[in-house]
Amino acid sequence: MKRFLVSLIGIVMSLPVLAAGGGDTVIRQAEWSFSGPFGHFDKASMQRGFQVYREVCAGCHSLKYIAFRNLADLGYSEAEIKAIAAEYDVEDGPNDEGEMFTRPGIPADRMPSPYANDNAARAANNGAYPPDLSLIFKARPNGADYLYSLLTSYGDAPAGKDVPEGMYYNAAYSGHLIAMPQPLYGEDVSYADGADDSIDGHAKDLVNFLAWTAEPFLETRKRTGVAVLTFLILLVGVSYGAMKFIWSDVKKA
Amino acid sequence: MESKEFKNPVVSWIDHRLPIFSFLNHEANEYPTPKNLNYFWNFGSLAGIALVIMIVTGITLAMSYTAHTDYAFDSVERIMRDVNHGWLIRYIHMNGASFFFIVVFIHIFRGLYYGSYKAPRELLWMLGVLILLLMMATAFMGYVLPWGQMSFWGATVITNLFSAIPLVGENIVIWLWGGFSVDNPTLNRFFALHYLLPFVIVGVVVLHLVALHRFGSNNPLGIDTRGPQDTLPFHPYYTIKDFFGLSVFLTFFAAAVFFVPNMMGHPDNYIPANALQTPAHIVPEWYFLPFYAILRAVPDKLGGVLAMFGAIAVLFVLPWLDRSPIRSARFRPIFKIFFWLLFIDCLVLGYIGAMPAEGIYVLIGRLATVWYFAHFLIILPVLSVIETPRPLPQSISQPIFSAAGGGLAGAMSAPKEKVE
Amino acid sequence: MAKSKSKTSEMETSQGKSRRDFIVVASYAMGAVGAGAFAWPLIDQMNPAADTLALASIEVDISKIAEGQSITLKWRGKPVFIRHRTADEIRQAQDVDIDGLRHPEGDEIRAQKPEYLVVLGVCTHLGCVPLGQKVGEVRGEYDGWFCPCHGSHYDASGRIRKGPAPTNLEVPPYAFLSDNVIRIG
Repeated sequence: MKRFLVSLIGIVMSLPVLAAGGGDTVIRQAEWSFSGPFGHFDKASMQRGFQVYREVCAGCHSLKYIAFRNLADLGYSEAEIKAIAAEYDVEDGPNDEGEMFTRPGIPADRMPSPYANDNAARAANNGAYPPDLSLIFKARPNGADYLYSLLTSYGDAPAGKDVPEGMYYNAAYSGHLIAMPQPLYGEDVSYADGADDSIDGHAKDLVNFLAWTAEPFLETRKRTGVAVLTFLILLVGVSYGAMKFIWSDVKKA
Repeated sequence: MESKEFKNPVVSWIDHRLPIFSFLNHEANEYPTPKNLNYFWNFGSLAGIALVIMIVTGITLAMSYTAHTDYAFDSVERIMRDVNHGWLIRYIHMNGASFFFIVVFIHIFRGLYYGSYKAPRELLWMLGVLILLLMMATAFMGYVLPWGQMSFWGATVITNLFSAIPLVGENIVIWLWGGFSVDNPTLNRFFALHYLLPFVIVGVVVLHLVALHRFGSNNPLGIDTRGPQDTLPFHPYYTIKDFFGLSVFLTFFAAAVFFVPNMMGHPDNYIPANALQTPAHIVPEWYFLPFYAILRAVPDKLGGVLAMFGAIAVLFVLPWLDRSPIRSARFRPIFKIFFWLLFIDCLVLGYIGAMPAEGIYVLIGRLATVWYFAHFLIILPVLSVIETPRPLPQSISQPIFSAAGGGLAGAMSAPKEKVE
Repeated sequence: MAKSKSKTSEMETSQGKSRRDFIVVASYAMGAVGAGAFAWPLIDQMNPAADTLALASIEVDISKIAEGQSITLKWRGKPVFIRHRTADEIRQAQDVDIDGLRHPEGDEIRAQKPEYLVVLGVCTHLGCVPLGQKVGEVRGEYDGWFCPCHGSHYDASGRIRKGPAPTNLEVPPYAFLSDNVIRIG
């Protein structure tokens, strides 16, 4: 009867994975500092990823669940965050005259979206909606490797594959035809710290950044998890001992 | 109920007027419990604790959740990002649903294996099936609340099931929705009901416990207790055993919450609901997959819906389908084989539920569905007539075997239960 | 029955028992600690969230407030009055004999810079918002603020002078970040 429990849990746990199989897409794997039970974020890489986001992605993609104050997680100081926030125009209001107005951003503001609303975003992109990137990492199966592959798998379509106007060939995308033009070419964002600015480096930095935007509490979660599991495993041992002691006189009988 | 003398004068004073302490002493302290229960009897109390965990995390989540289509998704993200420990509470609630179902499924299969549904525990069993139904309704509505893509399309598909009802189906669906599609009124009422139903479950759990304590727990031998030599007081023996079981359960639970919190969820639910675009693969939560497979196995809309609800309905009448007087599968060699076949069948149904309804999966799904119903409607009634059970021991504490069922007295080969 | 039972169990207490008791007590104590640790997030989630705290202090540019004018801001859900006081008002506020006041406070304690008075616009009586911010509004007998609910009169330093309110208008914590910018909270 014990294998009953083990097999049930095993099968149950593997179901969503079974369900999430992809077609003939090519997913490349990379090492990520945030994976594993002791995973942590690479702050320097996240700052570079933020730079890539601002210079490349932000033209079309919003990041609406991130407030400027959250950037403290990337290692920015309060003054730096204020300065970054002030570079953005934020709509506020209505004022005493009933008008909406723009003002420089403050740390409490969330990142402004590039478009006024979803329809404006669609209209500006041939009907294809550029999704908000805050949660994109969690909204795709195997988010890290998938986004990394997507960003680096643009190329010429193989012979026989017809690529319509306004679509692009991407080996990692389901169906291989994506409406987003190739965003990264390498060297298009210049890093102040001299890090790898190839397309590969850009993509990895961006994934590190987007892993954080999706789950800013990841480090806290894993750190708490290690402490909680340590406590619970100890409790399993102690309560097992207590149970054996209490039941000892029953066994003799 | 006998009232007990308490040393503490305050307790004694209260108990004389309001005998709650006598009640607790009787039902949770002295309560005689078979001494041979194995670890599969831990899952009842685990289910109770899982329910409590779901209720306290649910109430705290409700303090920051907004049941409005414009704000639901954002308010969940605010819980995850800004509310103190919000991510923890939400991940506990999210994974708690899955773990609650794991515990309850094991609890149900334990009941099936050891014949816990048989006289005099038929009502106990039926109340349990009712709890399962309520849990499914609660879980379904809870999954809608984050208002992601899977929430929206899950709600759309499941509510559309009711349109299969002849004549009034369409009207019922519009009534459920409060409109002409799943929209804000739907979300609002689902939130109201999702908050209400757990307390209804608590009520049914209380009845489940009252029914349980009427005759006490069944046990791995499936024979009645014959006196104090067969039982132990619940406290401290089963309190500590349940506590140990709880600590093991929480270890698995915490591992999921802290290290793979989204494993049992679907990535699409991190995309806000969009009424104009259906995700490529709509898959219900894993605990609905076997039922989903049964639904799809029948090529007729109404038939599928009836089959799905029939899969639960058949459990309600199980005590009258399996007429064998022997409870435990330990003494029913053929039943035991069929039990495991049913178990595998349920896993197959779960797997098929996760697969696209095409090709070989359709055929396997149909066969598994037929087997599921055949098990309850044909195999069990037939087995109760033709099966020759093994000899039963005379009592839990005495490994002496009486002539039971077919009248064989093969005491030598009978299994001896180790008390743990 | 119960008495004799407990008596025998007392007599049975020996070293073997105490070791057994220890591990049982230890496991239940750990359970209690674990339950407490689980309770804390559930309690703490009711405290202000990060986005609420982010707005708990605000920065205000006061350079645009003309002399003799006031502005009203919302801070932590409550109105804050910032008044650019005239020389006349400053003199009035400072020339008061503090000993005769219901809530004796010098104006120099209440205003970091005499030109600007920053107070919470919440009457200390029962929480109404006093009048006197807008030009033309009643400002009470002491040329400050007047609470219409129960007739409390505040002076140009926001001190209670007449009426039921027990204390002066509260001064929120604030600091001048520069000549023109103050941070409240």
